[in-house]
Amino acid sequence: MIGEKLQKLEKLINSELAINIKNSSIKNNELLVEIKEEKLIEAVQFLKSNDNCRFRQLVDIAGVDYPDEEERFQLVYLFLSHEHNIRIKLLIKLKPNQNINSLTKIFPSANWMEREVFDMYGVKFKNHPDLRRILTDYGFKGHPLRKDFPLTGFNEVRYSEKDKKVIYEPVKLEQNYRNFDFESPWEGTNYIKNIKKIEKDGKKN
Amino acid sequence: MVKKTKSLNLNFGPQHPAAHGVLRLILELDGEVVEKADPHIGLLHRGTEKLIEQKTYTQALPYFDRLDYVAPMNQEHAFALAAEKLLNIEVPIRAKYIRVIFCEIGRILSHILNVTTQALDVGALTPSLWGFEERETLMTFYERASGSRLHANYFRTGGVHQDIPLKLIDDIEKFCKSFPKIIDDLEGLLTDNRIFKQRNVEIGIVSKQEALDHSFSGVMLRGSGVPWDLRRSQPYEIYKDLEFKIPIGKNGDCYDRYLCRIEEMRESVKIILQCIDKLPKGPVKSIDGKISPPNREDLKQSMEALIHHFKLFTEGYRVPKGDVYTAVEAPKGEFGVYLISDGSNKPYRCKIRAPGFSHLQAMDYLIRGHMLADVPAVLGSLDIVFGEVDR
Repeated sequence: MIGEKLQKLEKLINSELAINIKNSSIKNNELLVEIKEEKLIEAVQFLKSNDNCRFRQLVDIAGVDYPDEEERFQLVYLFLSHEHNIRIKLLIKLKPNQNINSLTKIFPSANWMEREVFDMYGVKFKNHPDLRRILTDYGFKGHPLRKDFPLTGFNEVRYSEKDKKVIYEPVKLEQNYRNFDFESPWEGTNYIKNIKKIEKDGKKN
Repeated sequence: MVKKTKSLNLNFGPQHPAAHGVLRLILELDGEVVEKADPHIGLLHRGTEKLIEQKTYTQALPYFDRLDYVAPMNQEHAFALAAEKLLNIEVPIRAKYIRVIFCEIGRILSHILNVTTQALDVGALTPSLWGFEERETLMTFYERASGSRLHANYFRTGGVHQDIPLKLIDDIEKFCKSFPKIIDDLEGLLTDNRIFKQRNVEIGIVSKQEALDHSFSGVMLRGSGVPWDLRRSQPYEIYKDLEFKIPIGKNGDCYDRYLCRIEEMRESVKIILQCIDKLPKGPVKSIDGKISPPNREDLKQSMEALIHHFKLFTEGYRVPKGDVYTAVEAPKGEFGVYLISDGSNKPYRCKIRAPGFSHLQAMDYLIRGHMLADVPAVLGSLDIVFGEVDR
């Protein structure tokens, strides 16, 4: 049921927005459409106004960081259509220092979501009315959700009895942060399966 | 002669009892009328999303209790559903019922807190004293199931941690029989109360269109007359087998939202009673030994069980590559988890969609033109908990 709806929608979007779309896929009953970053506004406007789409609510914007790729940042826009009871994900890939258009004109709620992406990943939005940091501290440096930002951060805060105020200091850890790699390098059960298979096949022959 | 007037800047919070936590509001006032509100959030930011990237799926779950700490299990639910969707595993039917029971208890917990503190913000002390007594009872249910009152860590990928004790179900049923009377009492104090109505009716009105544009969900959306509840429209677990109504507001003001919450509590009680009626027997977590840990008894007997136990609590389980978005109807609105897995034992990215974030964002739009005294009333009806807004 949902699968059919999504396939129909995928077809529609592919035919209507053909030039703007890089690719689209349906996995886990969710439709993911990758679009060109300069066509974002057009695509969103189409999704919002078209009678078969009616995605009138922007649910969230999620940033993702892939430090090894050339197009390092990905933005995933999640939309919801109440009328058709369907969701869609728009994917945009960005190079470092590449800007992207803001959606605040179409969805006022994009304001804080974009501020959050800016805060966490350092992606800048063009035409955003008020692009400030939102979740991190006043005067914070760096973009914490980037994969190269250390989990422990750089500064810590404490109240200094001497200065009678809250002060910032470089992080000092009693014990270094330890990140154990528990992932086993071999596939434990696979080789047993293979041996059994060989034995079976051997018997057959 | 034109008199020059300057607007007054007022700093509201972050240590204000009516700010519902650590909200800092910079208000621009013209006399007593609010001209602009600029919420500063992030004072409770703990980097949950960053931390989750460093933890295995089992270890990531407790962080969700600490988001909306008023209804912890509803949050866990969203994450458990996301991991299950990626793993493509089936949850045993008994676990589904238990989950729904505790999610609805969470809804009652949250709504009691919100309704009574909203009343407190506009000057009524008694409802919160009465309401918190009931919250206490509900939290003991949490404790008896999970071992802790608040940060339950009860849901697991593929089910729940443990089966519930036998007598607990009877006690929950007893509570459900007596609780509607308490709601009546609360309503008796508030619904027709002159002061409460003066402070809430036609305050903070949201139109249908605005509610959609501002990404409202849950009661904030239904209060404005949009019939939308994820439990009904995109049913998860066993909600499609249950009978319940979805209260809708008419005017979209603070008072309608209060009424919606009261009605939702009544519906939650009905849902719990239905679940107790139908509660089937059987396992409470996935029987897939690669995902749920073995029984304690087996650990003493079986080498295989011991190995699995060790591996599950060190390496954890690996989740197939892919990305999913799952959302649940949390008491405050649509709580979603956008999970990206790279095929390892830790989430590559876990974006948490908190309903309060969007609601608080609309503060400026909601409060503009209202009096200063309406700020706590509107804030109260937004149902903000800073654990989830700041993450």
